Amino acid sequence: MAYTKVAKKYSGKINEVTLGTGDKAITIGGRNVLPLHHFDGEVGNPPKVGLEITDIVPEDWNDALKDLYSDVIGDAAKWAKYVEDNYAPDFICLHFVGASPDGANKSVEECVEVAKQVADAITTPLVVAGSKNDEKDGELFAAVAEALQGKNILILAAKEENYKTVGAAGALAYQQKVAAESSVDINLAKQLNILMTQLGVKEEDIVMHLGSAAAGYGFEYLSSTMDRVILAALGQNDTTLQMPIITPVAFDTWGVKEAVASETDEPEWGNAEERGIHLEVATAAACLVSGADAVIVRHPKSLQTVKNFIEGLLQ
Amino acid sequence: MGLTGLDIFKLTPRKNCKECGFPTCMAFAMKVASGAVEIEKCPYISDEAKAKLSEATAPPMKTIKIGAGDNEKALGGETVLFRHEKTFVNRPLFAVQFDDQMADDELARKADNIKKVDYERIGEQMHAELVAVKYTDNKDRYLEIVKQLKDLNKTFVLVCDDAAVAADAVALVKETKPVLVGANADNLEDMVKLAKDNGIVLGLSAAGIEDLYALTEKAQGLDYKELVLNTTGENIAKTFEKTIEVRRTALEGKDRTFGYPSIVFVNELAKGDAYMQTALAATFILKYGSIIVLEDIEYANALPLFALRQNIYTDPQKPMRVEPKVYEFANPDAESPVLLTVDFALTYFVVSGEIERAKVPAYLAVPDAGGLSVLTSWAAGKLGASVIRDMIKNSGLEEKLTRKRLVLPGKVAVLKGDVEEELPGWEIIVGPEEAMQIPKFLRELD
Repeated sequence: MAYTKVAKKYSGKINEVTLGTGDKAITIGGRNVLPLHHFDGEVGNPPKVGLEITDIVPEDWNDALKDLYSDVIGDAAKWAKYVEDNYAPDFICLHFVGASPDGANKSVEECVEVAKQVADAITTPLVVAGSKNDEKDGELFAAVAEALQGKNILILAAKEENYKTVGAAGALAYQQKVAAESSVDINLAKQLNILMTQLGVKEEDIVMHLGSAAAGYGFEYLSSTMDRVILAALGQNDTTLQMPIITPVAFDTWGVKEAVASETDEPEWGNAEERGIHLEVATAAACLVSGADAVIVRHPKSLQTVKNFIEGLLQ
Repeated sequence: MGLTGLDIFKLTPRKNCKECGFPTCMAFAMKVASGAVEIEKCPYISDEAKAKLSEATAPPMKTIKIGAGDNEKALGGETVLFRHEKTFVNRPLFAVQFDDQMADDELARKADNIKKVDYERIGEQMHAELVAVKYTDNKDRYLEIVKQLKDLNKTFVLVCDDAAVAADAVALVKETKPVLVGANADNLEDMVKLAKDNGIVLGLSAAGIEDLYALTEKAQGLDYKELVLNTTGENIAKTFEKTIEVRRTALEGKDRTFGYPSIVFVNELAKGDAYMQTALAATFILKYGSIIVLEDIEYANALPLFALRQNIYTDPQKPMRVEPKVYEFANPDAESPVLLTVDFALTYFVVSGEIERAKVPAYLAVPDAGGLSVLTSWAAGKLGASVIRDMIKNSGLEEKLTRKRLVLPGKVAVLKGDVEEELPGWEIIVGPEEAMQIPKFLRELD
């Protein structure tokens, strides 16, 4: 008997979403096969990798990373430019940790000012992430979307609690792209996508953020949610789940024990920076294989590795 | 696959003798079809019918055992391509590879790393289960290394395509039930004989996917089915394709020629880039690697890879649980607060992560709440005032603490009154509803 390939043809296709403008604009999605399954059909746009920077000096970051960026870390615009010039990520994620009411509690005006400076300093597509406080983020995203009109940024993210503000201002009024964030559940993801489209946001302006987790910390829920979403999007041609997926790997991996514990606490474990990079690339690779069309990482070495990894898988 | 109850009924004697324990042959046949009963329960079934049935009901992917004694592990036996469809069953094993070109100091360093990386994570002992030893051209050195590495007490993966050398290497370690990865189109008969004679698992290698298929058919033709398929291809993309195609052909195409576990040499694909090796190993944990070969193991790559494997191979029907006990953070003392959460692993991880982030000394009491989340366990009656009281009373915290403060999850604030009654002398505080508010909460708790 000769070998017969099990053909996989799907009726559905992941939407294409474009971020940024000009030469450096990127497009994600567009495949009608499982993630990175180049041998099955149209694999679409290669997944994209972004690097995270923050609006204020990120006190809880790994010291080695803070040292690496020591000349620019106090000025987000300089930092963004430095990252663009030296590491050439597909996009830059400006993470407004300083907006958190539980932390530095920077005003929306201050944040908008930072966003403007960053956007003016770079030509790389921009993703803005919030403070995890839904109310504050709603105001912040609306103001940033207005200030950066024409830049075609991605707002990360609208949640069930604030999607009306974020969706209306971000996508409807100022034509930015909006990520719809749900917490690791296919039904919640679907529901929020439907709510957003009912609000008038076009499907091609939506990206999904299905939640995130570091490897070892409930990652199976994320991986299986991605599997189910993608099988529904492709196999059942469910148009309410065909948005491409972005996963901010950096936000989780650098906060868990494996990346945070000092060498004094865990002498056998060795250098914390190394641990963080391995955890970050393992998690990012697992996300991409499960279905993420874009991931955000923190360490430049993770960025380089994940870019090579994607290239290797699609060569 | 796919014999119906009626098909099986036709194979039975149809005389309703009840010797199988079922009232009728039909009832028996229905049970066999659902997999609840073995066909052998029928004393009158013919050998021919048995063979037909075992062929038809055998799982699409074979389960292969390697290693001896405590080191014995099962590979393969998977029934689904996505874990949510049922569950993945046999977790992939990690091998660290040595070869006959290695100097003594490098060999010692790697062997030492293997010994060092051995730790527990949520009830599971994590370590590289296998050592791979690759033959290139120095037979004496090869055998010497195999001998030396026996001290590690791991199962061997002998990577060797020279049948004569392989025979000597197998002789050294055959009682440990190693895997011999070395059969190809040129040496298949010798290798099959060697594997058969020693009762060990044989790994097959071929360049393309059709070649691998043809080779596997040939091995089966030689009546050997204790096989592992080397799905490593010429590059990363080809390896990804080959590994997925093999599994898919077996499970979805129902073609048992590819119904064997895989071995993936990610060490070769990574070309010395340790981060890339981690990314690739993670990939094949999810996508159908059964043995994953690494260049080296250190805590930096082991921690994420073992953790990922543990997650992915958790049965979706049985969520992971942490051990119910009192966990300590940042060296708590007699004045530190006691927080309460549940033993559902995901909840525990989120809560413990936030307490660590707060860098405030604290205890975290985890009662046996049935492995459910806070609200679910409360609703199911598994997280009530009496459960909390018993947990605290048995924990020894009362003797240890001079200031007794218990912080309840905000979601079960309703329990406050009951817990106050059950635990006199304790100050019961309602904590935040969301874990992310814990650092602020702890810092502001006087």
